[in-house]
Amino acid sequence: MYKTLHTAARRPVARKWLAAAAGLVMAATGAMQPAKAADTIKVGILHSLSGTMAISETTLKDVMLMLIDEQNKKGGLLGKKLEAVVVDPASNWPLFAEKARELISKDKVSVVFGCWTSVSRKSVLPVFKELNSILFYPVQFEGEEGERNVFYTGAAPNQQAIPAVDYLMSKDGGSVKRWVLEGTDYVYPRTTNKILEAYLKSKGVKAEDIMINYTPFGFSDWQTEVSKIKAFGSAGKKTAVVSTVNGDANVPFYKELGNQGIKATDIPVMAFSVGEEELAGLDTKPLVGHLAAWNYFESVKNKDNTAFINKWHEFTKKPKRTTNDPMEAHYIGFNMWVKAVEKAKSTDPDKVIAALPGIKQANLTGGISEMLPNHYITKPVLIGEVRADGQFDVVWKTKGLVKGDAWSNYLPGSKDLVADWVKLKCGNYNTVTKKCGSGS
Amino acid sequence: MALTVVFGMLAGAVNAAHAGPYEDALAGFTTDDFSDTANAVDAVVASGSPLAGTVIQALHDGNLLFSATAKKVYIKKDSGEVLDAETGKPIAGTPPDDTDNVRLNNRLRNIVDSAIGALTLMAPDADKRYDAAQSVFKSRPESARPALEKAIAAEKVARVKTAMQQARAALILSASDTSAADKVAAIAVISERGDQDSLGLLDSMSQGQPPEVAQAVTAAKAKINRTLAIWNTVQNLWYGLSLGSVLLLAAIGLAITFGVMGVINMAHGEMVMIGAYVTFVVQEVIRQRYPGLFDYSLTIALPLAFVVAALVGIVIERTVIRFLYGRPLETLLATWGISLVLQQAVRSIFGPTNKEVGNPSWMSGAFDLGGITITYNRMWIIVFTGIVFVALLAMLRFTRLGLEMRAVTQNRRMAAAVGIRTARIDALTFGLGSGIAGIAGVALSQIDNVSPNLGQGYIIDSFMVVVFGGVGNLWGTLVGALTLGIANKFLEPFAGAVLGKIAILVFIILFIQKRPRGMFALKGRAIEA
Repeated sequence: MYKTLHTAARRPVARKWLAAAAGLVMAATGAMQPAKAADTIKVGILHSLSGTMAISETTLKDVMLMLIDEQNKKGGLLGKKLEAVVVDPASNWPLFAEKARELISKDKVSVVFGCWTSVSRKSVLPVFKELNSILFYPVQFEGEEGERNVFYTGAAPNQQAIPAVDYLMSKDGGSVKRWVLEGTDYVYPRTTNKILEAYLKSKGVKAEDIMINYTPFGFSDWQTEVSKIKAFGSAGKKTAVVSTVNGDANVPFYKELGNQGIKATDIPVMAFSVGEEELAGLDTKPLVGHLAAWNYFESVKNKDNTAFINKWHEFTKKPKRTTNDPMEAHYIGFNMWVKAVEKAKSTDPDKVIAALPGIKQANLTGGISEMLPNHYITKPVLIGEVRADGQFDVVWKTKGLVKGDAWSNYLPGSKDLVADWVKLKCGNYNTVTKKCGSGS
Repeated sequence: MALTVVFGMLAGAVNAAHAGPYEDALAGFTTDDFSDTANAVDAVVASGSPLAGTVIQALHDGNLLFSATAKKVYIKKDSGEVLDAETGKPIAGTPPDDTDNVRLNNRLRNIVDSAIGALTLMAPDADKRYDAAQSVFKSRPESARPALEKAIAAEKVARVKTAMQQARAALILSASDTSAADKVAAIAVISERGDQDSLGLLDSMSQGQPPEVAQAVTAAKAKINRTLAIWNTVQNLWYGLSLGSVLLLAAIGLAITFGVMGVINMAHGEMVMIGAYVTFVVQEVIRQRYPGLFDYSLTIALPLAFVVAALVGIVIERTVIRFLYGRPLETLLATWGISLVLQQAVRSIFGPTNKEVGNPSWMSGAFDLGGITITYNRMWIIVFTGIVFVALLAMLRFTRLGLEMRAVTQNRRMAAAVGIRTARIDALTFGLGSGIAGIAGVALSQIDNVSPNLGQGYIIDSFMVVVFGGVGNLWGTLVGALTLGIANKFLEPFAGAVLGKIAILVFIILFIQKRPRGMFALKGRAIEA
């Protein structure tokens, strides 16, 4: 039903008919080669521009266009210009797979930047594997995956959730003893909460001091949930909420917290999916002091970040438009890909995949991120407190950069697994059975 | 440091020979380190300087500035004037370039709050003293005891005095060296308070108390739990009423277009969304042109939202739906298409991100009624829904248009035969339903996101309410909405939000099997019968 909604700007491909036809034949024989005759390198952008996820993903399309534009101003890549191919999967998960196939086989893109929800990523995985292309995925997610064709520039749970909980347990975070794990009911919050619950228990938190709640997508009547949190939090021990509430449900959640007078000094809420963009639709004065854990905040004072924000305002012609964490992830990912292509002197997927691990790129918070053999990157973890102006004040930062861990050490099914595409050539190697494959 | 001393001497603030403890304490604010700031707060309070209260209050309000290079601390006034924190006098010239706010985190905010609590127990304003007592109750700093005793002796306002006595009781209970008799007396005071916080305080009392104290704790806990259980039921009822009123507000327009006209209008939610965006536009204009009118923004938005949504509705009816009467499947698909078109249109015009719609001051915050917290926005929405419902009922019952609408609904051909222009009535009825959805959007913009997806969240619930209540009957919609709201809120604490919602859906499916026409089926000769 959504398919009638193609608003994305698609470039004409007619003049490359011949190459495309040739490509199709090659695709059928399983030997995909980038079309040689092309005088541009094509970069696919697979983000929803309509439907429910447009709220988050449109920004990422814009930032990709900016990055590509900037690279072209610097003279392109391997002597060729970059060309963006934008498609609109319309927040429709099966359509993501279809559009990915279209990008790779028909438009012959060398790399794709895209997806937001985990379900959309899972839906395109088989396509990227079958057609052997590259996907850069920019969003914090639940981990538990290590694919050869995917590069995860967003945070794994150990790069966001675990340090955030550590902070809350510390003296500065308020020495929290009682935990509410509040989430939207789908795969990311459920997996993250499972990891957190195991982690908290390993730190000696008793089961009665953990409350786990789930609400449906787009939930808007938070009265009961918030009063439940209030009741749970007045048991005489310092309580915090760890929120994996996603998307639109956040605004009514925070409004209700503010209305019922729950201040950050009483029960702080640590959010994993609330950034500058989400706060833009809110009066943040009652929320001052609530927390968010990310790898990037717009308010970070840094030369690179200031330059990035200025370029963003210039490019979008909106002097107030915010930047956020997934945008930084695309910034890092895109620059890593550019460096890898330069290193491989080719856009051939196999060569670029081999070249990527070890590539270093300065991130926007003052560190140097590196692509790891498991296709995750190193990132700093920052804890920010909401300020009255809708920005975040960084109150805590990990000492160095944290390495992304593909398989969590706190889940029984995954603690023996590692991903390593350099030495082991395997995304789910079992260190106990010494075999590749998830037979754990 | 030297500079501070020199400046302190020049100003002759406290003593000329050497900087006092207050001046030393201020230096802690200049390092931009949370631990130093925490120590500085304690030291400033302990110094007993007459400026201590001002400094701590400025820190609390985010008006305390520091310069790391000059090692100076300043207080920024709302008027823009900058004071030297050491002397409390305005500074000459402008502060150094690197001047920045002294930053706070949650731990510091707690320390600052309890410092303010201790410092403002004697404030002239009764509300401030009340807040101070509450903050002492929560943070329980033992050092506040003498100040509290003094304040209780001087207190005249009963409400504040009770709060202070409760705070004293809390201090007694958390202190280690109080006698059993004192503790029992304190427990009695706490159990009078009888809210969640008192229960938490009693829960946190360490084990190994003398038997008479332990007994008093158990009795007090049982008493508080009984009171809380009653208030819980009241609270669930109130939440149910509130959810029911939101459902009713969203569904009442649909009760007209679907219930009365029989059009399966999938674009109903988008009419709600259009109403919410009208509110946004009105507020934007007010913010830029007439900031003083902000509290009236909703009143101004209401008629506009009605007109805009009604016009969109009439256009849809005249251009699409009128060709599809009697063909429910086509209507469903066409209106679904329209809903997507409207969503994308709004997305293209306003952008995909949430828009901030502010709450006017009379719709923000909450008040306590016994053991429950009632938020103003929910309360006004219940009132508003009641008004809309009564107005709509009156319109259908007492106006000419209402009469003609009912006539067309009950027997179209007969109505046409007596000279009613049925096509015009169809358009107006659809416009009325859409317009009411539009004003529902104004109200819902206060509690939900204003985004292109706003309407989608309400369409399923709206249909559920109308079908459950009985198609074609406004009273049925009312009873249906309130029943579903209250049932949902009583299920939620036990089953959780997700299971609660599923249970309600299953219940409705079973109910519809038994009574396909809903709770209050329309009797008589409905058009499609």
